Amino acid sequence: MNERNSIIGRIDWVTVLIYFALVIIGWFSIFSAKYDELHPSIFDMSQVYGKQLIWIGASLLVGFIILLIDAKFFNAFSLWIYIFFLVSLLAVLVYGKATKGATSWIDLGGGIKFQPSEFAKMATALALAGYLDRLDVDLQKRKDQIIAATIVLVPMALVLAQNDTGSAIVFVSFIFVLYREGFPGAGWLMVAGVVAILLFVFTLVWSQKVMYIILGVLLVLTLTFYIVTKKKGIVRMLAVFAIAFTFVFSVDYAFNKVLQEHQRNRILVLLGQLDDPKGVGYNVHQSKIAIGSGGFAGKGFLQGTQTKYDFVPEQHTDFIFCTVGEEGGFLGTATVMLLYLGLLLRIIILAERQRSTFSRVYGYAIAGILFVHIAINIGMTIGLLPVIGIPLPFLSYGGSSMLAFTIMLAIFVKQDAYRLNVL
Amino acid sequence: MRTSNNSLSSRKLLIMGIFIAVGIVYIVKLFSLQVVDKHYKQLADNNALRFVTQYPARGKVFDRNGQLLVFNEAVYDLMVVPRQVIQAVRKDTLNPFDTATFCRLLEIDKASFVERMNKAKKESYLKPSPFMTQVSKENYAHIAEVLYRFPGFYFQTRTVRHYPNAIAAHTLGDIGEISPAELEKDEEGYYRQGDYIGKSGIEKSYEKELRGVKGLKVMMVDVHNREMGSFMDGELDKEPVAGKDIYLGLDADLQAYGEQLMVGKIGSIVAVEPSTGQILAFVTSPTYDPNLLVGRERGKHYKELQEDPMKPLINRAISGTYPPGSTFKTVVGLIAMQSGSITPQTVFHCNGPGSLPIKCTHHHGGAPDFANAIMNSCNPYFYESFKATINNPKFGGIREGYQYWKDMTAKMGLGHKFNTDIPYERSGNIPTKEYYDRMYKGQWNSVTIRSLGIGQGEVLVTPLQLCNIAAMIANEGYYYPPHLIKCFGDTTAIPEVMTTRVDPGIDPRYVRTMKNGLRTVFSGPAGTARRYEMKDIPQCGKTGTAQNPHGNYHSNFIAFAPADNPKIALAVIIENGGYGATWAAPIASLMIEKYIRGYSTREDLEKRMMEGRISYKNER
Repeated sequence: MNERNSIIGRIDWVTVLIYFALVIIGWFSIFSAKYDELHPSIFDMSQVYGKQLIWIGASLLVGFIILLIDAKFFNAFSLWIYIFFLVSLLAVLVYGKATKGATSWIDLGGGIKFQPSEFAKMATALALAGYLDRLDVDLQKRKDQIIAATIVLVPMALVLAQNDTGSAIVFVSFIFVLYREGFPGAGWLMVAGVVAILLFVFTLVWSQKVMYIILGVLLVLTLTFYIVTKKKGIVRMLAVFAIAFTFVFSVDYAFNKVLQEHQRNRILVLLGQLDDPKGVGYNVHQSKIAIGSGGFAGKGFLQGTQTKYDFVPEQHTDFIFCTVGEEGGFLGTATVMLLYLGLLLRIIILAERQRSTFSRVYGYAIAGILFVHIAINIGMTIGLLPVIGIPLPFLSYGGSSMLAFTIMLAIFVKQDAYRLNVL
Repeated sequence: MRTSNNSLSSRKLLIMGIFIAVGIVYIVKLFSLQVVDKHYKQLADNNALRFVTQYPARGKVFDRNGQLLVFNEAVYDLMVVPRQVIQAVRKDTLNPFDTATFCRLLEIDKASFVERMNKAKKESYLKPSPFMTQVSKENYAHIAEVLYRFPGFYFQTRTVRHYPNAIAAHTLGDIGEISPAELEKDEEGYYRQGDYIGKSGIEKSYEKELRGVKGLKVMMVDVHNREMGSFMDGELDKEPVAGKDIYLGLDADLQAYGEQLMVGKIGSIVAVEPSTGQILAFVTSPTYDPNLLVGRERGKHYKELQEDPMKPLINRAISGTYPPGSTFKTVVGLIAMQSGSITPQTVFHCNGPGSLPIKCTHHHGGAPDFANAIMNSCNPYFYESFKATINNPKFGGIREGYQYWKDMTAKMGLGHKFNTDIPYERSGNIPTKEYYDRMYKGQWNSVTIRSLGIGQGEVLVTPLQLCNIAAMIANEGYYYPPHLIKCFGDTTAIPEVMTTRVDPGIDPRYVRTMKNGLRTVFSGPAGTARRYEMKDIPQCGKTGTAQNPHGNYHSNFIAFAPADNPKIALAVIIENGGYGATWAAPIASLMIEKYIRGYSTREDLEKRMMEGRISYKNER
């Protein structure tokens, strides 16, 4: 009993309060986005906002239970939790085929649908943390590198096989924790990833020829620099440029052959290459109008006009940030951005003060997951990134995502609360 | 546990740096979007958008000579956006929503208002739904004038069908509001509740071509329900694409003539052009005025037609299945010759009414050859021919022989649908050998099923199928699947199935023998249709007098003309009309004359046929 009482004093209240703030902002935003004069109560269970309250309640309950579970449980069972969700992902693949069309849902009956891919991220974080926590594991060894990479890539491949590109991209976030734990090349990969995204985007915007010219000019400048200053490493630089040229060359191929049409369209629309206002561009356009029309202080709660006419599809799920932007204005969006940033930085700080590798790795992993979710979701609503359908953590409507993110965070809060118990 | 790796702890700085950098970029972007850029604010400022569907003009329909059969008339649908109405009722106290005035304006009562409103709300709270459809031009002008006082309501223009000639109701078909079942089947997601869709006839089979593609206009609407112009300079608008016009093979004059001839009789006339398979006349009787199924009264009229005991809604030309009677002897004779079971010179003995096991209805006496047997419609001859086919030793057994015979009828278009462009076709019936196995517990032979030889028993055909037999003989052995369309207005190709020649595999020599026999039905001294012979238009034909369970014989006739270069082939079935020569043959002959000559030289016959009434007691 003593331990249970003391949990209140041990948990990191900064994290928990940010969590509550985000969940409440999300709930009110969903209410506003789907507001219906016929059902004016936010507690109306026939509406999505009422349902979200149920999910919030369920999430809080599960989160509380997790705080009561022994902190060592998650490390001890990390592998089994991971295997369970891998099997779930496989089940979705089989089930999905049986019901035609790609689906990432399992129908549990009674109108409750379960989306294993939401939980698979957390399970992967646990498994990776559990693995790296083992004394005999050293990320400098080739064998351990392969195993660590496999832990991340297998669920990612399964999610990709469900045609759920958005969720699969989230697995890229594990690059952050691998970098932190000294996985060789992870840092380069991180930086190269950013450069690759830039090259990809610019190649599609400016065409291959222009990119060749730009790269050529850069190459001449660099060569001149190396020759004039007589610096070493000229061979390595040439190799980098060779890779860049090959990449630009292959982008065209990859874009036209590998990507599916809807993905191509989203990218082209985002880059202003495709005029398709009724299709994908329409969503982004409407989303920007909604956010842009919010102004500095917003139109006020329930006063938004743009987010209430079904202009923005998925406005209570993937496009919930539009409602925040329209009704809360820049004050609202900046507040949410700062809350998210605060949460991410807080998790990193907490992760760094852990005594156990397990807790630290887990902390970094979930920080990365949250970061990618937030960056992609908000990036798409303000037209910085292509439309990729993944939820905004704690804000978007949806049981699976609310539950998964809450559990994810609660496990970390529990680990942190008992960090001193680790010998 | 390991607690090492803290040497890497400085790596947190790069990660935190990336997080912060992205956060700053986003906040700057948000600042520029929300505070600096006023463009989006203007776009959204106090404007609601109205998505007005632009309905394309449905394609017009013409007959083979370009005579207009179906065109469009503008009507107005009153649309409602429930949310805007409810907001107006609740909040806008300065300009209250006057429900009483509104109801008076629309000539509805309060209960009806509430009911319509609830239906619209159920459909969509935010998107427009039809409140009252097909408001007339007069009422539209009257209501539109004051509609600005009623936020949430607006008019949407749409067209309805109009039929200047009031003929060929079943062929042209009708359009109506899409049903929930049809909505469910719409995989493209093209249709919305309240849209119109082809329900029958060519409106159904050419729905996609006729309807065109809907357009969209996005309008900005101010708080006073006034349209403030195009949203985003029409960037999101989509022009509607008009539907294609369709030219039918139908001859409007011939069709009208056929409908006149059929007044007071139940049955059908189908006429095709043998060289193309295009249907020239598609008469079913009783019929109705297609204009009845248009407009606000559609439902009421539809119900009345549905409850009519004579069942005018049924298209008997494709949905009526009849015993063909002696017209079927053409089919039996051709298969017998093709299988080598008889030759044109083959003679079977006939004892007249004393023949066994099928008696002859004629007293031609002696031993007729093929041509004679056709002219006299000799029952024993065709029974023997049928028997000779089924029992032909080359098939090695009754069941095999019968299967050959059935396969041949199928090739000639019997026992199955043509599946061209005529919805709700029925297959008719040519029994399978398995059916007879069950029926006679395996103990059957050519005598058991002898009725087939004279077109009685289980065999059932539609007038369309029967007409196709006539066309096939007219062409000396082949046919094009009968169809309604001649061409599209924009000359896109019509589906291949309709232009693909079907060859059942009967030697033209035998078909010519058949043709000569059918010629003597008019020209021969004992021909069953000799009274309707015309000197200058050589006709070929075959009478049928079919026993049926509904009373007096059905009067059947197939024909084509002119014999050497047939322009028209047809089948006529008059339910309970008695002998084939009494009603069906003269009607067919009049149709032929009308089509080829353009007018009738036999006014007495024409008058007698048009004014003739057959009394029907049974409900059908």
